[in-house]
Amino acid sequence: MLQYIIRRAILAIPTLFVISIVSFILIQLPPGDFLTSYAANLAATGEQASAEQLRLLKEAYGLDQPVYVQYVKWIWGVLHGDFGLSLEWRVSVASLIWERMALTVALSLFTMLFTWFLAIPIGVYSATHQYSAGDYLFTFIGFLGLGVPAFMIALVLMWVAYSWFGMDVGGLFSPEMKTAPWSMAKVVDLFKHLWIPALIIGMGGTAGLIRTMRANTLDELHKPYVMTAAAKGLKHRTLIWKYPVRVALNPFVSGAGLQLPDLISGGTIVSVVLSLPTAGPLLLHALQSQDMYLAGAFVLLLSALTVIGTLISDIALAWLDPRIRYG
Amino acid sequence: MIADARLPLSSVVTLPRKSLDEVELHMSTEGVGSARTAQPPAKSSSEEQIYVASQWRLMWWRFKQHKLALVSTFIVLFFYIIAIFAEFVSVTNPEDFSALYKNVPPQLPRFIDAEGNFHLRPFVYGLVLDRDPVTLRPRYKLDTSKMYPIYFFVRGAPYKMWGFISADRHLFGLSRDVTDMKLFLFGSDRLGRDMYSRVVYGARISLSIGLVGVILSLVLGILLGGISGYYGGNIDLAIQRVIEFLRSMPTIPLWMALGAALPPKWPPERVYFGITVILSLIGWTWMARVVRGRFLALREEDFVMAARLAGSSELRIITLHMVPSFLSHIIATVTLSIPNMILSETSLSFLGLGLRPPAISWGVLLQEAQNVQSVALSPWLLMPGLAVVIVVLAFNFMGDGLRDAADPYSR
Repeated sequence: MLQYIIRRAILAIPTLFVISIVSFILIQLPPGDFLTSYAANLAATGEQASAEQLRLLKEAYGLDQPVYVQYVKWIWGVLHGDFGLSLEWRVSVASLIWERMALTVALSLFTMLFTWFLAIPIGVYSATHQYSAGDYLFTFIGFLGLGVPAFMIALVLMWVAYSWFGMDVGGLFSPEMKTAPWSMAKVVDLFKHLWIPALIIGMGGTAGLIRTMRANTLDELHKPYVMTAAAKGLKHRTLIWKYPVRVALNPFVSGAGLQLPDLISGGTIVSVVLSLPTAGPLLLHALQSQDMYLAGAFVLLLSALTVIGTLISDIALAWLDPRIRYG
Repeated sequence: MIADARLPLSSVVTLPRKSLDEVELHMSTEGVGSARTAQPPAKSSSEEQIYVASQWRLMWWRFKQHKLALVSTFIVLFFYIIAIFAEFVSVTNPEDFSALYKNVPPQLPRFIDAEGNFHLRPFVYGLVLDRDPVTLRPRYKLDTSKMYPIYFFVRGAPYKMWGFISADRHLFGLSRDVTDMKLFLFGSDRLGRDMYSRVVYGARISLSIGLVGVILSLVLGILLGGISGYYGGNIDLAIQRVIEFLRSMPTIPLWMALGAALPPKWPPERVYFGITVILSLIGWTWMARVVRGRFLALREEDFVMAARLAGSSELRIITLHMVPSFLSHIIATVTLSIPNMILSETSLSFLGLGLRPPAISWGVLLQEAQNVQSVALSPWLLMPGLAVVIVVLAFNFMGDGLRDAADPYSR
């Protein structure tokens, strides 16, 4: 097992390396370098950057050196927690991103658990009640979830909540909790708000998972071991949940890794619509104002997050299924 | 039907072809019948039809069984026809604005007037502007004293069809003599532009970007997937690594960053092309996986070996023998990836990182609906979203049916 984990972890390293290069290229894409933008940005607000200040910054980021040196300097900083300077906010990028990244992780994990919590029982129900009215209903809702873009669901839900119930479903905290320091009460408040974005982001994913769960369970239901157990008089409910469902869950765990990029993707755009304090809105803003160190940091971290998530789900699958461990 | 089947073989061949479900029904009733009355020739004739049918015909029979897919195909075609003839189908120029008609709610064509009289020709009532006594917001009231009939093939705003045919006929609209009223089927936006015409014009970009993007990813996918599957070995390993890497990236943040990197000075056509390239960057991986899987399966087939022994060149084997046998799978995959492209373009443009006004796509139109207040005041701004949902669902069902039909021998 340990050997498998190590082998799998080593495989993730080149991926992370390529991701860092892609993020760095994104930082370099806009015309002009960081310093000219920085000076222009300062000038726009009526300030003057001193020549000394500019020279120091130039040295720190290696802007007068070849690109690969700049990359090495940048990635060296990143590995030590320094993501560069935010052009717009005039503070270090690191001080802006961590709380938002933490909330992004919380939202993604919560969404994932939420989709499982919904998809597993519904999938099993659809399989055991194949072609029943309930099965058709869930299939229909599932297709709707696949076809309707997440941001549309978010828009419509916000509109309905706003104009019929006078409610604001945006944000992750109540107004009085927004700026409060972290406490138990704030965490409770977070969970009170988390389920709406989780439901919206998870909608598309849940639909897919229900289909998978239904198909997997259907495959298992007609196998001889199920018939044997039923013939021996095992109670229907116990039988279903103890044997076929457990086997059907395996592809689910491996699917979790593939689910993550979608969750992060969907989460980004939904959080823009719902203006959640997660990575999405700040990333969008950074891109619009060409605040590239900030944007690059987000792209890097969001991508790294999915790679690490996939790694964890692969390890979990190996732990569940010995065939993979020794395969 | 049973009587048909009992005809001699020669006459059956000249009969019109039956759909697969008919044939099957045929066979099942046959089975019971023949057990009792034992009439073997009839059975072989209906089976014969299946044996002699070409693969494409078998697929068509299979596809026809999937009623939802069939209906969806018509819906998709309907939308594409609208997109092609956007100038003609629209009521007015999509850029025409009017200070008099801001945020007009959708007007339903009516057949029955206030007195309960029926009119064969649909009409709309006039509009009067007044203010909400509480919020003082301008709002529109129906003026039931004025009726404006809707005519078909009416002369209206002049346009250039596909940019070079001058015309002024529209599918429907108010008479050109009416100057004190405009037709807003889907309402109007904050500048008084007709949402219906804008949605119709938006279809052109939104629907074509899906096609162009898919063609681009198809070329990349077939090329790289083909190389990967045909040669195997280290090349295969390398390409598979690249695919795995691209798959593990969260697409929206990546697309956002790339979309933001498109120079703002670019003309709309170039931005359009840039967006399709960005979307295909990830899209080709799905295509490549399917192509590779098919190549791996077919490489071992006897007919490929036979062609090779007969001295065919690699290119000839691939294009003449292998590609035709997995073309149907490709078509199904393509159909299923078009809706994703459409959704991605819509999402990007919605965020303001894709196409930008004056280009009109459904995503660009949805930018207007970005904040809750404007949606609450004029919910009809979500109309382009409805169009997206319908098209995406129709494409998904159609692709579903095609995927089932792509392998007509499986049950």
